[in-house]
Amino acid sequence: MSGGVQVHDLSVDLGEFHLQEISLDVAPGEYMVILGPTGGGKTVLLETLAGLHRPRQGRVLMNGKDATTTPPEERRIGFVYQDYALFPHLNVANNIAFGLTLRRGRRRRGRRRRGQRREARAVIRQQVNEIAELLSIEHLLRRNPSTLSGGEQQRVALARALIVKPRLLLLDEPLSALDPTTREDLQHELARLHRALGTTTIHVTHNFEEAVAQGDRIAILNAGRIVQVGLPDEIFRRPASEFVARFVGVRNILQGDLQPGKDGYKLLALDGIRIAVVTELTGRVRASVRPEDIFIFQELRRSSVRNTFRGRIVEIADRGTLLYVTVHLPPDLTCVITRRSLEELELTVGQEVSIGFKASAIHVF
Amino acid sequence: MKALFANRMHAIFAVLGLLLILFITWPLLRTVLASSPALLWQTVLDEEVRSSIWLTFYASLIATIIGFVLGVPLAYLLARTDFPGKRVIEGIVDLPVVVPHTAVGIALLMVFGRRTLLGQTFSLVGIKFVSAVPGIVIAMLFVSLSHLVNAAREGFEAVPARLERVARTLGASPWAAFWRIAFPLAWRSTLSGIILMWARGLSEFGAVVILAYYPRVAPVLLYERFGSFGLQYARPVATLILLICLTTFVTLRIVAGKRGSE
Repeated sequence: MSGGVQVHDLSVDLGEFHLQEISLDVAPGEYMVILGPTGGGKTVLLETLAGLHRPRQGRVLMNGKDATTTPPEERRIGFVYQDYALFPHLNVANNIAFGLTLRRGRRRRGRRRRGQRREARAVIRQQVNEIAELLSIEHLLRRNPSTLSGGEQQRVALARALIVKPRLLLLDEPLSALDPTTREDLQHELARLHRALGTTTIHVTHNFEEAVAQGDRIAILNAGRIVQVGLPDEIFRRPASEFVARFVGVRNILQGDLQPGKDGYKLLALDGIRIAVVTELTGRVRASVRPEDIFIFQELRRSSVRNTFRGRIVEIADRGTLLYVTVHLPPDLTCVITRRSLEELELTVGQEVSIGFKASAIHVF
Repeated sequence: MKALFANRMHAIFAVLGLLLILFITWPLLRTVLASSPALLWQTVLDEEVRSSIWLTFYASLIATIIGFVLGVPLAYLLARTDFPGKRVIEGIVDLPVVVPHTAVGIALLMVFGRRTLLGQTFSLVGIKFVSAVPGIVIAMLFVSLSHLVNAAREGFEAVPARLERVARTLGASPWAAFWRIAFPLAWRSTLSGIILMWARGLSEFGAVVILAYYPRVAPVLLYERFGSFGLQYARPVATLILLICLTTFVTLRIVAGKRGSE
């Protein structure tokens, strides 16, 4: 049911926003994250994919068919805005049912008997209940949107988009307006829904961690252009340009399982090592540590640093005054040092060193 | 919300405002209370007065309906789209408020008069404007349409465009998105525009009297009684018209307010 999307050489002019020569290929069922700074044209790109803006040039293909000029109502797209855009004059159930009532009206416009109409209403009600159950919002159906919390509104907006079984789900900064706890919940919820429904999804965000956590692949959008597309790892390990490197930062991304620890710490287990971290989370998680938070020592020594490991230097990348030193534990961790430190420590590739970082320097997400 | 007399400044502002409110209500109350019920009843029985009031009400209603059908789409475009010359169009919409209404009457006469192209075209289908109900209607329409267009435009401007965009992605045509999202959400503002336009039409004198002295709408009848017979004879008519207008206006405002706050 879900379809792929191909964008060829798309350019859009809209007031102060310009998209230039965008090409993007999203496979059926894929979860693509478009990552870029605020004001980079991400919303305009989504709205263009939805058919709400006409491109100056280029083509949009959906399911292999040219959809460049197809009006939005015929594209079968689910759209969720950052501010949820719930209809304030309809209650939650009617918000969710909105797309169904329209489709019914269009399919058979002729006069219908009362019995048929009642039957159609019952079908809609049942579908609303099913999708509400999927998103755990059954208890909200009679409420007005203005009485809901941000997280609840977001779930309603998702239900409203998903009930019409879209071929493509477009999410515009879906988590940005939420508080951290709710954001975490919804992040898991989005991943779960995607596993359950397999809807091709394009998710736009300026948040790097969100992109890593959610995306099968990530496309970086800056100043109206796609500057890199790739797996999360590729983007962070091999940034295609200076901008990408600076925007995503050179970071160490880890994935592992959290285990209970002592003294307020938890242990993140991966590749045979255990790293002390501070988090409320449990289970399988990702974590990052910035290169500037990792120290290199010649010898293993005692300090207030919770995490110290021995490893071998596999790469020293020269970036002018700063050098990025990658140490293989496993995993590979990259740290940044000054040229002066390099000379003082006499570091060379292949050498065995110790690295250390504080538990609080690890960001778990 | 703060209490009215929170500080000295508020108190002074309240006194100044009160003067203005008294200025509005005192003459109106004075007129309403000046005529005895018996005299009022006599005025109600006056066939000429009754038919004149009825004419005023329905001519203004027709003007408002025309204004609604043509004005709401314009209001929507002004709220939603950008085009060269938009400012000019907005200025033109406001024009009737600043033009002297007798001048409006003359201007309409120049276009809809007996010898004009439009006047003659319409007379082919039996519609004449001078000294006829259609003339009253277009005079009322001209002087009152700004109220409806502006109120509806403000209503549409307050509806986020994103709501309509989401509706489109959910399968709504532009028409469906308008009728099911934009129009209901702008309805309260539009309704207050409708009431205002209708009330403004009711009270029009200057433009109407030049285009159609006869049949006489209520303000014209009142002026005629005053000119021919003096204050004594004009007062009960004024009282009756005021009472009817005030009652209708207050009722509509209450109904509209209830609708909106539901």
